Amino acid sequence: MSADIIVRVEGASKKFCRDLKRSLWYGLKDTAADLIGGHSSNGLRPDEFWALDGVSFELARGECLGLIGRNGAGKTTLLKMLNGLVKPDKGRIELAGRVGALISLGAGFNPILTGRENIYVNGSVLGLTKKEIDSKLDEIIEFAEIDDFIDTAVQSYSTGMQVRLGFAVATALQPDVLLLDEVLAVGDAAFRAKCYERLARIRDSAAFILVSHDTDQIARVCSKVLVLDRGRERYLGDVEEGIRIYHELSRPRQQTSSFEQSAAGTIASIGSCDDTVADGGLFTFSISVDVPELVAVADVRVVFWGDDGLPALDAYTRTQGWSLRVKAGSSTIRLAVGPLRLKRGRYAVSIAVLNRSNNLHLYWGDRIRTVEVDGPMTGAVGYTPPLTCLSSDVG
Amino acid sequence: MRDHRLTVYTPESPLRQPTKFVRDMIADLLASRELAWRLFLRDLSAQYRNSVFGYVWVFLPPLVASLPFVYLNSTGVVRMGDTPIPYAAYAMVGTIIWQTFVDALNSPLRTINAARAMLTRINFPREAILLSGLLQVGFTFLVRLVLLIAVFGAFALEPAATAPLFFVGMLSVVATGFMIGLIVTPVGILYSDVSHGLPIASTFLMLLTPVLYPVPASGFGAIVSALNPLTPLVTTTRDWLTTGHAAHLGGFILVSAVTVTFLVFGWVAYRLALPHLIARLGN
Repeated sequence: MSADIIVRVEGASKKFCRDLKRSLWYGLKDTAADLIGGHSSNGLRPDEFWALDGVSFELARGECLGLIGRNGAGKTTLLKMLNGLVKPDKGRIELAGRVGALISLGAGFNPILTGRENIYVNGSVLGLTKKEIDSKLDEIIEFAEIDDFIDTAVQSYSTGMQVRLGFAVATALQPDVLLLDEVLAVGDAAFRAKCYERLARIRDSAAFILVSHDTDQIARVCSKVLVLDRGRERYLGDVEEGIRIYHELSRPRQQTSSFEQSAAGTIASIGSCDDTVADGGLFTFSISVDVPELVAVADVRVVFWGDDGLPALDAYTRTQGWSLRVKAGSSTIRLAVGPLRLKRGRYAVSIAVLNRSNNLHLYWGDRIRTVEVDGPMTGAVGYTPPLTCLSSDVG
Repeated sequence: MRDHRLTVYTPESPLRQPTKFVRDMIADLLASRELAWRLFLRDLSAQYRNSVFGYVWVFLPPLVASLPFVYLNSTGVVRMGDTPIPYAAYAMVGTIIWQTFVDALNSPLRTINAARAMLTRINFPREAILLSGLLQVGFTFLVRLVLLIAVFGAFALEPAATAPLFFVGMLSVVATGFMIGLIVTPVGILYSDVSHGLPIASTFLMLLTPVLYPVPASGFGAIVSALNPLTPLVTTTRDWLTTGHAAHLGGFILVSAVTVTFLVFGWVAYRLALPHLIARLGN
């Protein structure tokens, strides 16, 4: 292994079995094969599939690899193989130096023991000597922000406190290779910021592998990206390109429903609707309504849902201080939302038209359309651009 | 100074590099001592922290196991045969030896099952779990020793001159139980049948082994006792404490030698099996 490459993975593969009974039996057979020094079969046995298939990459000191992929893509399996918890079925993995892993926080914590006792246990599980822990104890307690609780049983800690304690102990190890499996998602924003700061500090001396569904986090921390798709290596390299490919893979999740609803006596449906919007452009749509009597004060609310299922945009006429007037009979409401400043991606759009006097829906379409926004790779989410009325027959 | 040792993972059986395998075994065993001690302390201090009766639970099993037989023997319903010391003391010594054997037998599977979450998520010297289990067995035995001393005091008995050898006997009893437990562990981690079967098997075995009665001199019981490899273990250990005359010393040495051999085999199998078992256990 050359001087600065500290992780080398060549064609690493792992097979899993769908059937539990068979899986257990194969486990015994593989053990027996190892025991007689033989070789377990290279091919797939009944009910087996490749959970990870021929993954290769190299990582040098100072680099951070972002591991992304949908659920079941093999990310955790790869991390477990890198950590030596499971053996590859094919391929080869080489690591130089001390390996630290946060595959799950709080593993090895005993709920009945105090934080201080658990620091010693967890520290020695991760390979620290008592002397090393003694010298780092204050630093760990300070970083985890649990001074008042250090002599309290861990079972009365909040999840966030346990995460903080786990992270503080694991990074005190000063590893050469650090494996992080989506552990930072649990802490609050202030603690996450502190974690990034600490990661940045030990970054020069180590190589990281970070699993996360949060592409902003990946873009901020990682120097390259490995996209896994059902166990296969889909892309390895540039972070922006990798994230774009990952979003493409995640697309089928962003499906529209055809759920449209109106209050009794009202007939409404969605008319035209933009399906692509340029960065800084307007999203326009129209709703045809047929109301039995005049609705003097009607509100429109538009929500864009991101890939993560969270609202990326929420525009509401009521909070923007204006409303529509919908005359009796049929009319078409045309509105525009924008300028849009969203990060690139595909969004599901929900639209509601409400009668302010009784809060009933004139129209409600939940995730009724999807729209492709061509924005920057990263960016803010959750803002409220102005709504503008475009039609002449309402207002 | 950081250590820059290279770690390599391949699908090959580690036994194909026997020198490295043995070196890793010894290195991990040495590296696991401190962790084993910590895990032992952790379990010890956690074990009875949420219990009212605490260490009473350590004394109860041998008491409960022997008292019915002491009662039956005293009523004359069941005659246990002639014992060199009062029957109650004899039964108590036997059950303490046996209970320690059972503790050691259950130890590997019990400690590994308790550490599942750790095993599937953290890489650490796997011997630490086994060692911490052994420390627990040893500690429980020491607590029960207090019970034994109390019984000897109550009956005004003098331990035999060979009494220090009793601890050598106990070492072999623990090693044998632990060896059997370790060998069934790879299967036991995957299939719960083993943990269901072990308590039943050990209760049955106790009645087949001269724990609560002396070795039968004749009849079917004599044949079973002669064939049972646990007979020399239990009787020799007890004889060293009580009479000083070990009638089955040859068998004791033979069983101990076999135990050591299989203990090494069980350890090798354990190391080889764990990555495969963890892969099957999932999260």
